[in-house]
Amino acid sequence: MRTLMIAQRVIKELFRDKRTLVLMFLAPILILFLMKLVFSVNSQTDVNVATVNVNTSLNESLDKASHVSVSKYNQTKQAKKALNDKKVDAIINYRNNNFYVEYSNVDASKTKAIKLALNSTLLSNSAIQMRHQLQKLQLALGIPVNKAVSASKPKIYNSYVYGSSKTNFFDKIVPILMGFFVFFFVFLISGMALLNERTSGTLSRLLATPVKRSEIVFGYMLSYGMIAILQTLVIVLFTVWALNVEVVGSIFYVILINFVLALVALAFGILMSTFAKSEFQMMQFIPLVIVPQVFFSGIIPLDTMANGVKVISYILPLKYAGDALTGIIMSGDGFEQIVTPILILLGFLVILTILNVLGLKKYRKV
Amino acid sequence: MAITIISINDVSKSFDKQLVLKDVNLKISEGRIIGLIGPSGAGKSTVIKIILGMEVPDSGTTMIFDKKMPNRKLLGKIGYMAQTDALYEQLTGRENLKFYADMKGLTKQDAVKQIKHVAQVVDLVADLDKRAGGYSGGMKRRLSLAIALLGFNQVLILDEPTVGVDPALRKQIWSELEKLKEEGKTILVTTHVMDEAELTDEVALLLGGEIIADDTPTKLKQTYQVDSIEEVFLKAEAQQK
Repeated sequence: MRTLMIAQRVIKELFRDKRTLVLMFLAPILILFLMKLVFSVNSQTDVNVATVNVNTSLNESLDKASHVSVSKYNQTKQAKKALNDKKVDAIINYRNNNFYVEYSNVDASKTKAIKLALNSTLLSNSAIQMRHQLQKLQLALGIPVNKAVSASKPKIYNSYVYGSSKTNFFDKIVPILMGFFVFFFVFLISGMALLNERTSGTLSRLLATPVKRSEIVFGYMLSYGMIAILQTLVIVLFTVWALNVEVVGSIFYVILINFVLALVALAFGILMSTFAKSEFQMMQFIPLVIVPQVFFSGIIPLDTMANGVKVISYILPLKYAGDALTGIIMSGDGFEQIVTPILILLGFLVILTILNVLGLKKYRKV
Repeated sequence: MAITIISINDVSKSFDKQLVLKDVNLKISEGRIIGLIGPSGAGKSTVIKIILGMEVPDSGTTMIFDKKMPNRKLLGKIGYMAQTDALYEQLTGRENLKFYADMKGLTKQDAVKQIKHVAQVVDLVADLDKRAGGYSGGMKRRLSLAIALLGFNQVLILDEPTVGVDPALRKQIWSELEKLKEEGKTILVTTHVMDEAELTDEVALLLGGEIIADDTPTKLKQTYQVDSIEEVFLKAEAQQK
């Protein structure tokens, strides 16, 4: 069983290379942890608004709106100065029955928040005014004040299929990130490992023994497949236990998808290393192979993209893994839903593996 | 007449339209040490690659044991030492040897026995459990040679086996090669060191992709009317130009 011997040797080499091990297991954890810190802010932005010539009731209700604080200015000039000094994020100017709003627009999310707050305040203010007028009218006409009108407006009760009100962008991207880390590190490290065999001459020497080309490829798959299972376990357990990410579906399926993805990444890495002459050239594949996958993996919502652009995603393995992982983690997809992405990933795997076995012909003709 | 083990018949090979080997003919008989000498770029490594089946000639054939190369199974009977050391530096000397023994298809008992033997031959017994990455240049070269000696080889192909090896050890290696020859093994050695060529049974001179001479060292010296293989080499090169 030469395949087993090769796998054993690759694992032995890897476990003696402490730096690479740390990179494979600790780097994803560190990055996930940092991303959790960065993206976990529940997208609450506090804004300061300057108002000029705006009536008190509107000022008050705008101030009451959550995360908005209002400061009143008498003159546009002073307000402008505050805007320039970045003390306020927008000036609301009331002239000729119209509102003129000037945004600093440094932070698009703040601009959006102010627009939203202003609109809803204006809406509710006019509703209140209408109600007041209606009551006045009713009093004047001697009609008893309608209870329905003065009744408090209905409250909104929220419930969530996935997660809670604390669910944020991080939770959305975590399933995809998981797949991405497995793909990225396995791609890079396996590609480098095989490249190293090529440049050091061990590959030609290996091929000068009666070993089959397929045994070399399978040996690498076996060893990196096992490493990938370990890596996935570490990443999954860390996200579930330490980062408190809820997994609705089965953790086993999460590991299964990542395992298949790792094999695809491995085959891809080996294939790409055929086209690289040095480690530096291997690194050059990152913007070419890895970055586009990130764009189309679902981290950026695909449904917002133009149809023509979306087509590209169908040839990228990470998209299928990302879809399946998102489905399992966020909506508890079962085997019926994930079987298609798994089959597609296996399709990638078979094609890439055949190409790899053929690619080794470059080094030995049989 | 001895049996021909390796025969290269009218082999031509070019890379990127550049002709590297031109109608090369070479017959290597059983139980002989053949030295393949020639300046760098003459095509020595290409000859070796074609014998091993790593490259296919554009025209002509290569036969080993009367079987046409490339042939994967025949590689089990050929020991090969490349110009580069080609070692797994994260592994110890013993692990390197064990891995290649496995690849050659040796049984466990045979592997243990042979590793012990080849380590003695190249004088690495004391350092066998240290990592190859920490070896000196000479030690790496010796480990690389030890790997080539593993297995039940009938043919040994050694590409510059004694580069960076000190004289005492070089002598030891050559006496080991003599011993292997006595056992009936056929050995092809490429070398730059001309006094090593004197130790061979037959010298093939490769110049500009052609074998321009192929005879015993003594006869070569007679033909060229000189006293050493080095002078044969220089004279042949001068005539070529």
